[in-house]
Amino acid sequence: MTTAVLPPLPPLTRKDFQTDQEVRWCPGCGDYAILAAVQAVFPELGIPRENFVVVSGIGCSSRFPYYMNTYGFHTIHGRAPAVATGIKAIRPDLEVWVATGDGDALSIGGNHTIHMLRRNVGIKVLLFNNKIYGLTKGQFSPTSEINKKSKSTPFGSIDRPFNPVSLAIGAEATFVARSVDVFQGHLKDTLRQAAKHRGSAFVEILQNCNIFNDGAWFGVTEKEARSENVLMLEHGKPLIFGKNRDKGIRRKSDWDIEVVQLGDGISASDLIVHDAHHLRPSYAFMLSHMEHRPGFPTPIGLFRAWDELPRYEDLMNQQIKDVIAKRGPGDLNALLQAGDTWEVK
Amino acid sequence: MSTLIETPPSRAKHSVIDHAVIRFAGDSGDGMQIVGNQFTNTVALFGNDIATFPDYPAEIRAPAGTIPGVSGFQLHFSSKEVYTPGDAIDVLIAMNPAALKVNIADLKPNGILIVNSDSFKETDLRKAQVKVNPLEDHSLDKYRVFPVELERLTGRALEHLGLDAKSVNRCKNFFALGMCFWLYNRSAEPTNRWIEDKFKNKPLLVEANKLALKGGYSYCEATEAFQVSYEIPPAQLAPGLYRSMSGNQALALGFVTAAQKAGLTLFQGSYPITPASDILHELSQYKDFGVMTFQAEDEIAAITSTIGAAYAGALAITTTSGPGMALKTEAMGLAIAVELPLVICDIQRGGPSTGLPTKTEQADLLQALFGRNSEAPIPVLAASTPADCFWVALEASRIALKYMVPVILLSDGYLANGAEPWRIPKAEEIPAIPVTFATDPATYLPYKRDPQTLARPWALPGTPGLEHRVGGLEKQDVTGNINYEPLNHENMVRIRAAKVAAIVQDIPDSVPDGDRAGDLLIIAWGSTAGSITEAVKTERAKGHKIGHVHLRYLNPLPANLGEVIKRFKKVLVPELNMGQLLWVLRAKFLVDAAGLNKIQGRPFSQIELEQKIEEMLEIQE
Repeated sequence: MTTAVLPPLPPLTRKDFQTDQEVRWCPGCGDYAILAAVQAVFPELGIPRENFVVVSGIGCSSRFPYYMNTYGFHTIHGRAPAVATGIKAIRPDLEVWVATGDGDALSIGGNHTIHMLRRNVGIKVLLFNNKIYGLTKGQFSPTSEINKKSKSTPFGSIDRPFNPVSLAIGAEATFVARSVDVFQGHLKDTLRQAAKHRGSAFVEILQNCNIFNDGAWFGVTEKEARSENVLMLEHGKPLIFGKNRDKGIRRKSDWDIEVVQLGDGISASDLIVHDAHHLRPSYAFMLSHMEHRPGFPTPIGLFRAWDELPRYEDLMNQQIKDVIAKRGPGDLNALLQAGDTWEVK
Repeated sequence: MSTLIETPPSRAKHSVIDHAVIRFAGDSGDGMQIVGNQFTNTVALFGNDIATFPDYPAEIRAPAGTIPGVSGFQLHFSSKEVYTPGDAIDVLIAMNPAALKVNIADLKPNGILIVNSDSFKETDLRKAQVKVNPLEDHSLDKYRVFPVELERLTGRALEHLGLDAKSVNRCKNFFALGMCFWLYNRSAEPTNRWIEDKFKNKPLLVEANKLALKGGYSYCEATEAFQVSYEIPPAQLAPGLYRSMSGNQALALGFVTAAQKAGLTLFQGSYPITPASDILHELSQYKDFGVMTFQAEDEIAAITSTIGAAYAGALAITTTSGPGMALKTEAMGLAIAVELPLVICDIQRGGPSTGLPTKTEQADLLQALFGRNSEAPIPVLAASTPADCFWVALEASRIALKYMVPVILLSDGYLANGAEPWRIPKAEEIPAIPVTFATDPATYLPYKRDPQTLARPWALPGTPGLEHRVGGLEKQDVTGNINYEPLNHENMVRIRAAKVAAIVQDIPDSVPDGDRAGDLLIIAWGSTAGSITEAVKTERAKGHKIGHVHLRYLNPLPANLGEVIKRFKKVLVPELNMGQLLWVLRAKFLVDAAGLNKIQGRPFSQIELEQKIEEMLEIQE
């Protein structure tokens, strides 16, 4: 007996995910690189195009859905995670990605961001962090460094910034990674890993706004600085960085960590070995926090991926299935006639 | 014990009357809501028409015996149709001095006052900030006062059970209920059944509560305390199966029914807020109907998750009260722009700001009509009685789904917690709500409209070939592409308005109750329906020509409303606000309508309405 085999559908390509809409980001904006990476990775995922939904809030990053030939929902400022949660509740089978920015996700939408993460809704969040408000033309953002001179802070900002990765880990997000707009290979690889994660995946993408905050990430992206200041996180590998790969991160006896110079009796085996799949978020939080300290590097890569927690939308739908299994499907007449009733003849 | 029960038949006079209003009042911990509900259930099962008004404090448990801790339950029951829980009360049960102080003003002269005299000691008086014992200072002389040692008598009735003093004391509400059953000749059987079910694992408490109930009944029988007992025959309600129904419960059932009739999953996004939370509590029980309830992190997430659910193909609703409505306004604008169906329920309460969380008001009408940035018209419907909430939930859902539009449904605290008999419809008799989803890539365009309803197609994510983008930015009609051109914007603003206006083709003309033309037309909306109906009946019986239009549809208004207005010499608009519908009607119809406005967190009394009606009719003459 022979089985009829349907010819496989032609694989999707980058072009399938491009729209006919004119892209309206400023020339040179880091968002172009992020769009290119996403359009490169989506066709690889083996997911039908119609099952993708890209949801966004407000800001430069939030124009993203218009340029993706998928289902797209450009919502209102800060609310994309909540809209996406409603979509996932009803349709857990859909592949829902949120494009957001530092103002959208961490300022006006901060509440939704942390609650989506603590619920572990199966949504992928791409946070474009350019440390500035671009669409409103140059005010400081919740990730801007202290003393930032901006349109609204001519004498310097006095706000202490959020670290997006720390915040996500603080909310016990199950997948937290950081990549950079210009690190195309790394960015694509990070997106692939995020796509594989079933629970909430939070990816901070360091992105350059060449109009209002040009060079905000030069300390990470410029060739010279990059090799000195960036700690590339690799699961199972010791935390080593530096131009000559001669510095490392070692645990101290008092719960703290320190930067050590390799050699002189200190070897890689004395260093912390990166464990991206640790059950507890505390280690990843410590990693995320080191960049604020003098002499410490900026970690890039996967901080934490722990996919054991059930997804919120699955729990929601399972609870309904369980009740139906126990009580049987609801009978409308029985519902309407429940409780004490009386007959008038 | 036996002497109390086996007393000879009472020689008390027996009097047949047509209605009574009774109020149970005590401390939050005294079980007043329980006995109120039991009395309600008993008279409803007997066949009386009913309306109830539970009135409890915003504080969960204020200190015992104090004024803020007083909880009340009022019931109007009758052999005729009942429209309100009643103004003045015939019988007041006051469990302590605070309850007496708060409620006595509403008792009719010569009304029956049953007080728990065991709780009028010096300390009780002090807690209620009462200086002189009202049972001793003749301040209650105009009432028929029956001081009853509720605690001592309950204790005696239960003394052989060996219960602890606290448990015995907690049965005293049933002693009082037993007295009321005697007073109105009602069977204790339904309550006995309820007690057996409620305490089914605690046989001693079943025994204790039943004995307390019987004790109260027998006490009246033996002492002939009241001299007269009353009989209220069953009401002539339309034939059918009935149950007692509160407004919030009715909304929940209405939405479950609407979802079933539309073949959609019901999704509710909500954040707890008084007096709307009960809808969330109700709906969270109905998972066997596939109902998905989402307790969001805030009011904004409650509505935006609802928008997401609607986008994904659910019948999506969000429920809140005024402060929550204020937070949802931006998202309502988004729902209007992306033209997705959802229902936003506002269970109004006194405001502004936190205001009076447990008290009723109708002051969110203009917020509902206009409370969004720019030109953002939205259909607005209002329920008029607790049971009507069921039908309005269905109707709001129907309009939302048919016209692809968010709809606001207004209820209020008084409807939410009040109850009335509801004639239960057969599920089969409720019409289906047709819903179609776009599936054809060859013809699909995101904003290509149905010529009749102007609704855009509903294309669910996951449908091959219909990938498209929606959002809050202005868009071109038909294609849905972003478009900032001046004339396109004006066109889109007008289309969105025309779509809402087009709903008028789908709603009934208004037909006034009472006179179709005449001296005075009363136009009102929401929970004032009952008291206005009663007042109009009374005034028409005096020969006045009065019509009453009670608006279920506040946007769009019924097509013929302007013409109805012209058939009357004067127009009165009674509202529990500063005159919001009045403002709309004056603006829209250039009519010199007058308002009757009350902003006290309480419903209109019939007297207030009658006085205003007569005042307006007099000026005319």
